[in-house]
Amino acid sequence: MTVHVMTGNDAAATAAKLARVQVVAAYPITPQSPVVENLSKWVEQGELPAEFVAVESEHSALTVCIGASTVGARAFTATSANGLAYMTEQVWWAAGARLPIVMCVANRAMAAPWNVLNDQQDSMSVRDAGWVQLYCRDNQEILDTTVQAFRIAERLNVPVMVCYDGFLLSHTMMPVDVPDAEVADAFLPPRTAPLQVVDVNNPRNVGPVTLADPRADADGTLQPGYMEFRAMHHGALLEALEVVPDVDRAWETATGRGWGGLVCEYLLDDAEIVLVAAGSLVTQLTLVAEALRAEGVRAGVLGIRCYRPFPVAALRERLAGRALALVFDKALSYGYQGPIAEDLKAALYAAPDAPAVYGAICGLGGRDVSPGQLAAATRAALGDLAAGVTDRAPVWINLAEGSMR
Amino acid sequence: MTCVTELPTTEHLLSGNRACAGCGIGIGLRAITKALDGRMVLVNPASCLTVLGGMYPLASLDIPWINVAFPSTAAAAAGVRAGLRAMGREGEMTVLAMAGDGGTADIGIQALSGAAERDDDFIYVCYDNEAYMNTGTQRSGSTPHGAKTTTTWTGKRENPKDVLAIMEAHRIGYVASTSAAFPTDVYDKMVTARDRRGLRYLHMNTPCPSGWSFDPKDSVRLGKLAVETGLVVLFEIADGVFRLTGRSAALAKSGKPRTPVAEYLASQGRFRGMSEADVAEVQAWIDERWGRYVARNAGD
Ligand SMILES: Cc1ncc(C[n+]2csc(CCOP(=O)(O)OP(=O)(O)O)c2C)c(N)n1
Ligand code: SF4
Ligand SMILES: [Mg+2]
Repeated sequence: MTVHVMTGNDAAATAAKLARVQVVAAYPITPQSPVVENLSKWVEQGELPAEFVAVESEHSALTVCIGASTVGARAFTATSANGLAYMTEQVWWAAGARLPIVMCVANRAMAAPWNVLNDQQDSMSVRDAGWVQLYCRDNQEILDTTVQAFRIAERLNVPVMVCYDGFLLSHTMMPVDVPDAEVADAFLPPRTAPLQVVDVNNPRNVGPVTLADPRADADGTLQPGYMEFRAMHHGALLEALEVVPDVDRAWETATGRGWGGLVCEYLLDDAEIVLVAAGSLVTQLTLVAEALRAEGVRAGVLGIRCYRPFPVAALRERLAGRALALVFDKALSYGYQGPIAEDLKAALYAAPDAPAVYGAICGLGGRDVSPGQLAAATRAALGDLAAGVTDRAPVWINLAEGSMR
Repeated sequence: MTCVTELPTTEHLLSGNRACAGCGIGIGLRAITKALDGRMVLVNPASCLTVLGGMYPLASLDIPWINVAFPSTAAAAAGVRAGLRAMGREGEMTVLAMAGDGGTADIGIQALSGAAERDDDFIYVCYDNEAYMNTGTQRSGSTPHGAKTTTTWTGKRENPKDVLAIMEAHRIGYVASTSAAFPTDVYDKMVTARDRRGLRYLHMNTPCPSGWSFDPKDSVRLGKLAVETGLVVLFEIADGVFRLTGRSAALAKSGKPRTPVAEYLASQGRFRGMSEADVAEVQAWIDERWGRYVARNAGD
């Protein structure tokens, strides 16, 4: 183990190297580009014995990973915002084909208008595609989670998206412990045989047209229809609720660092007010909780590390008996509310002892979010709570007066 | 040139597949799989070929086959190739990407251009039935002038995109034009392609009775007629050297007049009602192109 000072992008690329990825294909986009640059350099210099395919687009980047993963290789890519949107067709394909691809997403705002800065609209927009989605708080967590992601993916045959905030993490230097190769190798053995068989001595048609209903094969045995395959896929995602914490614990055993599995918490034990978010905002919220506690408010933080599958049981358990969960979303389902707030409300529906859930929208397109503003938003929420408000429209933090008409 | 009686007798395309009666794709695919002796993986996007391949859990070929998204064929084949190489399995099989004209000339051309620029090591076959047949005969960039489709109700106004020229412009090592109506021409070009490295591109005309509106028994006859007129020209460009092959080479050598395209057009429902002026325009387009090919012909 050696401590290096590195950016989040360097941490992601270093993790891919530690994972001994065999095929890398990626296309540049701010703020993800340094990941591609690093990996291509390491492959060219012979430091990483992998195939680097310099594709002409993100659609092809994920496609190359799909092709390589289908025949059994460990494949990696990374992107942001419009790049992720451009490959959306393949985001679904990779998941439906049950390929254990790992993709890092340096979270960035979606155009139009152009904006290269951070929010989480990009990855949130593909939350339903059937990938495991993990959000990171700092650069160490990016490295650790990206290595973990391969083990999760290969155990379940589902792709894993490792999300980290653009610029706030992707371009910020932090000390990062890089485990020795032997430690990573022991934690992550080579990929076992893929689900799909591509073998001239055992020819199969991989991913053909599949009918709605089960259908008999040549031996008369009934094989799954489309809906059965989808149910199996859903089952694998639900299984991730066990596998994600298991893998995190195994990593902790190997390196001494665990990240909480599905969720992470800070000052939660006796908290009445729980601040909820995903990504680097969680780190910021710990400062807010401390500041509020100094004022006598019993505030705590609950960070969503695993956003898909959504950790319903863990959230219900952690939030039972609290007065309020205040969710800070860096994304929005336009005309509705923030995705985490929306999901949390659904998860707590009919749960005994559930708190009120309020949503707040912040940080879109890199808009600054200061601990002071977050604390002020929390104080205002406490006012609403005291006034008996059980539900309310999301508030927008640090928005110019009169913008919402 | 291989004679039809010399073709390997093992069939990899099983009987009872889902293509329409008389479909040219199956004829071409038989020759292709024979040339590769089944030691291949077929990478295939949404198209009539997907349907021919069968619906889960039944398959109509005894070769490995990977279905991929419609625009993604060449990138997927590049990925399969990279994956096999990374795993030390590259000697096991030839990677063959095979897509329709829509999947090649239109939605897939970006990925194909990228793969050609990188000179990725696989064979790409575009089978050209001259429209989006799988979705019900809409026009593609490869639909000929005058053809009626479900998005060109009075006949297409434009001439087809010259994908072969586009591929040649990428300076890949092997580019060939062939026709399923001449299985031995397909076979020989596939053997040549098989034994080369880098990106190899074959463009194969495949008559389509359903989309072109003719009697299924006439598929091969019409495919041959297209060559007799010069609308489809059989050639290959190996390391930049152009050579007419097969029937097209014989036609050029004989110096005899080619069959007027009007006869070809009159034999298909899709060209019904074409004006004389339009027919003359197609004839002029063919003549100009034929002249260029003959001038370039370096062989025989
Ligand atoms: C992104 C996307 N757009 C559209 C389609 C619908 N689609 C499936 S096959 C096809 C046409 C295929 O045409 P071509 O490539 O010429 O093959 P053919 O069916 O003629 O054999 C279309 C438009 C799709 N599957 N994916
Ligand atoms: S529509 Fe044409 S190309 Fe498609 S299967 Fe039928 S004959 Fe073949
Ligand atoms: Mg077509």
